[in-house]
Amino acid sequence: MQMNLSLSINTGEVLGFLGPNGAGKTTLISTICGISGLTSGKITVDGMDIGTDYRKVREMIGLVPQEISLEPFETVINSVRFSRGLFGKKKNEAYLDEILKTLSLFDKKNAKVMTLSGGMKRRVLIAKALAHEPRVLFLDEPTAGVDVELRKDMWNTVAKLKKQGVTIILTTHYIEEAEAIADRIAVINSGEILLVEDKDALMARMGKKKIRIELVTPAEAVPSQLANYSLVLSADGSALTYTYDTNSERTGITGLLNDLQAAGLQMRDVQTQQSSLEDIFVGLVQEDTK
Amino acid sequence: MNFQAVSAIYKFEMARFFRTLKQSFLSPVLSTSLYFVVFGTAIGSRMEAVDGVEYGAFIVPGLIMLSVMTQSITNASFGIYFPKFIGTIYELLSAPVNFLEIVVGYVGAAATKSLFIGLVILGTAYLFVDLNIHHPIAMMCFLVLTCLSFSLLGFIIGIWAGNFEQLNLVPMLVVTPLVFLGGSFYSISMLPPIWQTVTLFNPVVYLISGFRWAFFGQADVSIGVSLGAISLFTLACMAFIWWIFKTGWRIRS
Repeated sequence: MQMNLSLSINTGEVLGFLGPNGAGKTTLISTICGISGLTSGKITVDGMDIGTDYRKVREMIGLVPQEISLEPFETVINSVRFSRGLFGKKKNEAYLDEILKTLSLFDKKNAKVMTLSGGMKRRVLIAKALAHEPRVLFLDEPTAGVDVELRKDMWNTVAKLKKQGVTIILTTHYIEEAEAIADRIAVINSGEILLVEDKDALMARMGKKKIRIELVTPAEAVPSQLANYSLVLSADGSALTYTYDTNSERTGITGLLNDLQAAGLQMRDVQTQQSSLEDIFVGLVQEDTK
Repeated sequence: MNFQAVSAIYKFEMARFFRTLKQSFLSPVLSTSLYFVVFGTAIGSRMEAVDGVEYGAFIVPGLIMLSVMTQSITNASFGIYFPKFIGTIYELLSAPVNFLEIVVGYVGAAATKSLFIGLVILGTAYLFVDLNIHHPIAMMCFLVLTCLSFSLLGFIIGIWAGNFEQLNLVPMLVVTPLVFLGGSFYSISMLPPIWQTVTLFNPVVYLISGFRWAFFGQADVSIGVSLGAISLFTLACMAFIWWIFKTGWRIRS
């Protein structure tokens, strides 16, 4: 895949990688981790080149792949021991037990991988990735096919790891996931990074708010004196929706409320709604595709 | 050298062997016993001694080689093909290991397994025939070298194979005929002159001949040529594997 991008990831942050299918999220991760080759360009981790300093770089990185790939006939603990040894670390059973406890896998320690549920297998993948005490963790769609409760557990695990100082790069289809746990968001499409920004700042900058005004008496049409506000009347005429930019100097809310009263419309209720990261993401990708 | 990684791969692969210990030992013991019953006792009793060695004993080195070569290829090719098949190869590719460490781990484990099987067959042979090994150290060296070189070949086949059919193709269509036609059950001096010349193009002839020399002190080709051939074969396999990891052929996307 042709990719042309430049991106810096800060130590200790959770970076959420968002992008549609085929955007290049997995390709990028695979290249950094050494699974796919780099045809040109340079990738450094902690100042070290991933090609020439591959040993030091890879010792620092843990990877949780998108597909559940595990030796089915081996036990959980042996799979995790194998990962630790493969990455050159000496035996440390206490540490491995700790990981299994954190991931709620301790009671399955001696169970064969093939007997575990999908969610448990995914957690075994995380345990394997953490077995060598990495400083950077790549999570490629870690909660795909995981139920809501487990997803929340996974988010808590990510939060714990972050507290321990692990830098986490997460790719996900679930926008709510990035919204819930990421510090910064990178949006990728067709091998290019469209945007990298602090999540809160991004939402504030690009966020549009909607105000929905429910009327006591349904209106047949938007009164002419309110034409400047680009109001949208609901099909049954019982509510008006006003969209405004939270960042503009004047939101126009006060004027709208005054003018509503002047037009003789009585309000029953007022609700506000902020656009989600999903709306922002869809908007960005659509714009890029155009 | 990342010794921890080599040891981790080796132990993980050996665990697979111990999980299926019964099949691993029973199958070669049974098939070897059948060979001895058929070729050694039933047919062998009607055959003349070959170069002064009773036929039942004469086929022992060939039988061990047949099993060791097949087992080395099967174990090593499966060992590396299975992670490719189930996707766990990602871990190997993203680990701080070089090609030599991966090869030592996988090929070392595969060679250990076939060495065990070779020794089990030798032990079984003692139950059927009288054996007096002339050069025991040389015999062990040949056995270990064969286990290693054919495990290297198996490793290459495992990386090359795109499916289970291909995985079985080389041992079945190439190795078994080469071993059978390489003098496992006869001395090549028993062949007409033209076929003796043709046979010399079969690399397995040199291995079986050298191995038989270690047993009985006599060989079809000189021991130096045998050693040279097996060393050359090992080096060629190593060079090919080095190239595989350098280019990522069939393992890196």
